[in-house]
Amino acid sequence: MFGDFIAVNAINFEVKKGEIFGFLGANGAGKTTAIKMLIGISHPTSGNATIAGFDIYKNTEDIKKNIGYMSQKFALYDDLTVRENITFFGGIYGLSRKRIKEKSTTLIKELGLEDVSKNLVGSLPLGWKQKIAFSVALLHDPKIVFLDEPTGGVDPITRRQFWEMIYKAAHQGTTIFVTTHYMDEAEYCDRVSIMVNGKIEALNTPKKLKSQFNVESMNDVFLNLARG
Amino acid sequence: MLPIIFVMPLIQLLILANAATFDVKNIKFGYIDNDRSSTSRALIEKFNASSYFNIVANYPAQKLAKESMQKGHVDVLLEIPIHFERDLQNQKYNSLGVTVNAIDGAAAGVENVYITQIIQSFNKKLKIDVTQASDHLQVQPFNITTIPSFWYNKTLNYKTFMVPGILVLLVTMITLFLSGMNIVREKEIGTLEQINVTPINKSQFIIGKLFPFWIIGLGLLTIGLLIAKLVFNVPMVGSLALMYFYTSIYILVVLGIGLFISNFTDTQQQAMFIAWFFMVIFILMSGLFTPIESMPKWAQYITEFNPIKYFVEVMRMVMLKGAGFNDILPQFLKTLAYATIMNTLAVYSYKKTN
Repeated sequence: MFGDFIAVNAINFEVKKGEIFGFLGANGAGKTTAIKMLIGISHPTSGNATIAGFDIYKNTEDIKKNIGYMSQKFALYDDLTVRENITFFGGIYGLSRKRIKEKSTTLIKELGLEDVSKNLVGSLPLGWKQKIAFSVALLHDPKIVFLDEPTGGVDPITRRQFWEMIYKAAHQGTTIFVTTHYMDEAEYCDRVSIMVNGKIEALNTPKKLKSQFNVESMNDVFLNLARG
Repeated sequence: MLPIIFVMPLIQLLILANAATFDVKNIKFGYIDNDRSSTSRALIEKFNASSYFNIVANYPAQKLAKESMQKGHVDVLLEIPIHFERDLQNQKYNSLGVTVNAIDGAAAGVENVYITQIIQSFNKKLKIDVTQASDHLQVQPFNITTIPSFWYNKTLNYKTFMVPGILVLLVTMITLFLSGMNIVREKEIGTLEQINVTPINKSQFIIGKLFPFWIIGLGLLTIGLLIAKLVFNVPMVGSLALMYFYTSIYILVVLGIGLFISNFTDTQQQAMFIAWFFMVIFILMSGLFTPIESMPKWAQYITEFNPIKYFVEVMRMVMLKGAGFNDILPQFLKTLAYATIMNTLAVYSYKKTN
């Protein structure tokens, strides 16, 4: 659970356990910067926040044990195989050998990657890579997982499958913090915040936002806000 | 990047042009005077007056002199036999024992020429002195000769000198470039960010980075030693175990430097540039091609910070002289301290935030 979070240009919000929280904004609105502050790889100049009960200044390493992160850029090792990537990150998160073995077998099976589990990740199509990256981010059963534009450049079918994976993780109690440019994806979120120029201009369920602005879709909500 | 492009070559030009000299100067000269006569002292004074030789020690016995050469404290040894002066006056003839450290065959040849010149001019001086003191017009010329013995490399074989040194270079270059490019490469492709959001601690990360390159470095040493032995027939006098033990510490120094560079740079290009800058200075100031003794004093101080210098010394001492652990202890301790400092810096300069 977040406490209050004030950063970038004073943003303030709270995310509940098991919630899918959509963090929207135009390019350059400060989404990635805000995420980097939350996951402890950038320091905010002022304000405070807690993640899973840990302070983002004092307990960055505790936070890291309890979060998963998937960046905009595919960031697993292209020159390792699917299985090796899982083993490597499992090892870093301190999972036992036995656990890693079980996890990677079930993961590969769920993703339907049995045939390519020994292929280098670099040789796989982007959509598959993103699904692997998401699974790796969930490997250590984090309380919160941060997804920074996870479906950028991915085909509609894979996006659909990806959101099914997100729902499944949320259903199991993982909090999902996701940024996206696709407004249809925003409709899938439990609650959505829209960031404009480093400030949160709207925060509510998609349904309430639509009625608040009296429009049909999240796309229109976004256009209303982003144009100012 | 722009200042780097201009400043680095300028520094290299200024330092290296002064430091990398092929002159053979400041030769470490030691002597054993068994005669202790006025003639023997006059002869030693001749060497002292020469700008090529620095008298570093007067050994009471051969055993001490040999140990000193083994440790690399002295490169040329002159032994003046007992009754040198008396025999010389009676027979007008005498011979001196000269021992030259010939690991660097070219330098040993030059040193031998210097010695011969000094002895010849001493012969002339003796003749003049005697002529002036006597009434005879005809004085038989004096003839002092030297019997040189070239140690560690009897045939002055160039390869014996170069192969261990080049092996040092290869091990250093490969490990420095691999480690220097490594972390920065992960920065470029984005995997470092993924690592930074994991709870991995800094020293675990650096050790994880060091270990594969450490193994590669030792593997290179093994292949290099095999080629040295089988292809170039370089003698391997000393203990292989000692060689590996020292190298295993040495590689940590190089890797520490590489990872430190990697932490400070943003692109592989920058890392490569900086690694090259240090590599060129390290190579030319290592005593591998040009003797450190011939460099100006300030340059000699710089070489104290050159890890390659220590490795070249140790490699030659152990491989060619058969030096033991005690002989290489000073180099070993400096290398160990260097390794500790560089790897601590590597750990501290690795930032999990950006």
